[in-house]
Amino acid sequence: MTAIRLEGVSKRFAGFTAVDALDLTVPDGSFFVLLGPSGCGKTTTLRMIAGLEMPSEGRILLDGEDVTELRAGRRDIAFVFQLFALYPHMNVRRNIAYPLRSRGVARAETARRVEEVARMLRIEHLLDARIGRLSGGDRQRVALARAVVRRPRAFLMDEPLGTLDAAFRELMCEELRGLHDRIGATTVYVTHDQIEAMRMADLIAVMNRGRVEQLGTPEELYHRPRSTFVARFIGSPAMNLLACRIEQDAGDPVAVLAGVRLPGIPAPAGTAEATLGIRPEHVRIDDTSALRGEVLAVEYLGARQVVTVEGPFGLLKLRAPNRLALAFGDRPGLAFDPGRVVWFDADGRSLATARRREAAGG
Amino acid sequence: MSARDQARSIVEPAPFSRRLAALVIVVYALVSSIPLAWIVATSFKTPNDAIAYPPKLVFTPSLEGYVNLFTARTRQTPEYLASLPPPETWYEELVRKRNMVITGPSRFAGRYANSLIIGFGSTFFAVLLGTFAAYAFSRFGIPLKEDLLFFILSTRMFPPIAVAIPIYLMYRQLGLTDTQLGMIILYTAVNLSLSVWLLKGFIDEIPKEYEEAAMVDGYSRLQAFRKVVLPQAATGIAATAIFCLIFAWNEYAFALLLTSGLAQTAPPFIPNIIGEGGLDWPAVAAGTTLFLLPVMIFTILLRKHLLRGITFGALRR
Ligand SMILES: Nc1ncnc2c1ncn2[C@@H]1O[C@H](COP(=O)(O)OP(=O)(O)O)[C@@H](O)[C@H]1O
Ligand SMILES: [Mg+2]
Repeated sequence: MTAIRLEGVSKRFAGFTAVDALDLTVPDGSFFVLLGPSGCGKTTTLRMIAGLEMPSEGRILLDGEDVTELRAGRRDIAFVFQLFALYPHMNVRRNIAYPLRSRGVARAETARRVEEVARMLRIEHLLDARIGRLSGGDRQRVALARAVVRRPRAFLMDEPLGTLDAAFRELMCEELRGLHDRIGATTVYVTHDQIEAMRMADLIAVMNRGRVEQLGTPEELYHRPRSTFVARFIGSPAMNLLACRIEQDAGDPVAVLAGVRLPGIPAPAGTAEATLGIRPEHVRIDDTSALRGEVLAVEYLGARQVVTVEGPFGLLKLRAPNRLALAFGDRPGLAFDPGRVVWFDADGRSLATARRREAAGG
Repeated sequence: MSARDQARSIVEPAPFSRRLAALVIVVYALVSSIPLAWIVATSFKTPNDAIAYPPKLVFTPSLEGYVNLFTARTRQTPEYLASLPPPETWYEELVRKRNMVITGPSRFAGRYANSLIIGFGSTFFAVLLGTFAAYAFSRFGIPLKEDLLFFILSTRMFPPIAVAIPIYLMYRQLGLTDTQLGMIILYTAVNLSLSVWLLKGFIDEIPKEYEEAAMVDGYSRLQAFRKVVLPQAATGIAATAIFCLIFAWNEYAFALLLTSGLAQTAPPFIPNIIGEGGLDWPAVAAGTTLFLLPVMIFTILLRKHLLRGITFGALRR
């Protein structure tokens, strides 16, 4: 089992910085997800860990051993590519056995291990099929089998589910996580899909323009995003971000949203303006509230509904139980769950609130 | 009409256009094979049948053209011929009937061997070097890559014969005129630009993830190249080899200029096959027929690679 460490790792391509001084520790045995929009440097980071790309700066360590200069084949890491690079000129069995042949594993042992992983991934019936005949999901399983059969120190996966349809992706998420729980090997998984990330990860590093915006458990990222970038990227629908003024009321900061004071909500001190973040499920319908907006759209999602409200504060989405009958044109009052509000400064960085600061100080 | 008859696929051609296409291809194939058939037929005619007018479509086949192609002969008086012991072989007999005796083998076999050595030798090197160069151009960050590729292509922007005089002078200094090595180097150099560009196109099409997967799995780059890239580039390599061979095999101008004896290839030699009283047409036709064979056989042998490439697409993008 292996911990992976990146220390100040950068990668530049002809003057363009794809990965910018990344410091990252992937704990031993964890399912670690690199999450970010397309082009933020996820694949490049993964390729540097694998040894397919040399960092321009920095060091890469596996279990404390510096492998920065070590070639890919010597790192004993398995890589599942975005395109599942299966060899079309070999059948499934030979594709899976291929990594073992380079390691000189005996023929009988190879056959045994291929059968074993084929059973684990439920592709025994495909062993003699040609790659060209397989469906996307089956190819995915073969690619995984080829990675698993080696029993590597760590798995690296680059958007392995990207080309699958939604229903199958969901199933594969479960299988991948199940596989990880059985094998327990450190896994670094790259995706741009926050739902995949939230579903599988022990830890998520949200990347933006070659840097890590925030590293944390799915719960931390969801409830305490450290920047508006993370707040927008994680959760569906995304967190509401509302521009507020901060006024002083007897020395305590109070938020004012579109002219409406929000006295019950902890607000940050030492600033005149801030952005309030609130998840749709933490917005309540409260007809005593002075904060009002007009219903623009209602989406029914089984037990709950997502309601889009437009007011002087802009657009806001809230998640409400279905028993609340809301229709286009209604003007409900809105209230925020005070414990769930987060604040960001003008640069989109999170701010501590006065009350929480007091609690921390006292 | 049933609905099935009316339904039209936009990818599958309709039966009518399919038949029309087949007809066009068959007619075209027939028309283009007439000159070939004519040459092959002429090679089996006697000299008189060959120049008969109107042309004889039905004739008694003879191997005289082939015998004349491979032998040197002199005309003798009937008295001298009568004094000789009876001919020992069928070809001596054939020659005697024309009042001639065989004085030895002709130079055709040697020229043909030169053609084979130079043609296949230069094809081998052009494809070998071209594959490595194309792989490097395709996969590595090479300084001035675009400029180098353009330079390589620019060597084909004028007819190679335009530089014939400097090459001739260089070759004379280096002692490469009229040597097989000199011709192999020359044809390799001329073909290399074609082979680098063609093969780069084919190798660019192979996702680099293939060999990277192999490298992560513990293979060296060279092993990954051999076991993963080469099998998938087989189509491109086969096509390139055929193009290179066709050029080297048919090249006439340089061969005429740079070779005269030892290393002369078949193209400048065949027109020199002159029999009694002008060109010996059956012998020329026999030389041409034999000359056509290697490229044909080579292409047929590589055909399965060419076809396999078309049905490859196994990667989802
Ligand atoms: N070999 C390369 N040469 C030049 N630019 C590259 C190369 N590889 C990646 N990049 C650039 O680096 C950035 C990050 O790429 P990548 O790591 O593939 O992003 P992601 O996987 O997050 O979508 C992109 O802008 C991409 O264009
Ligand atoms: Mg990527």
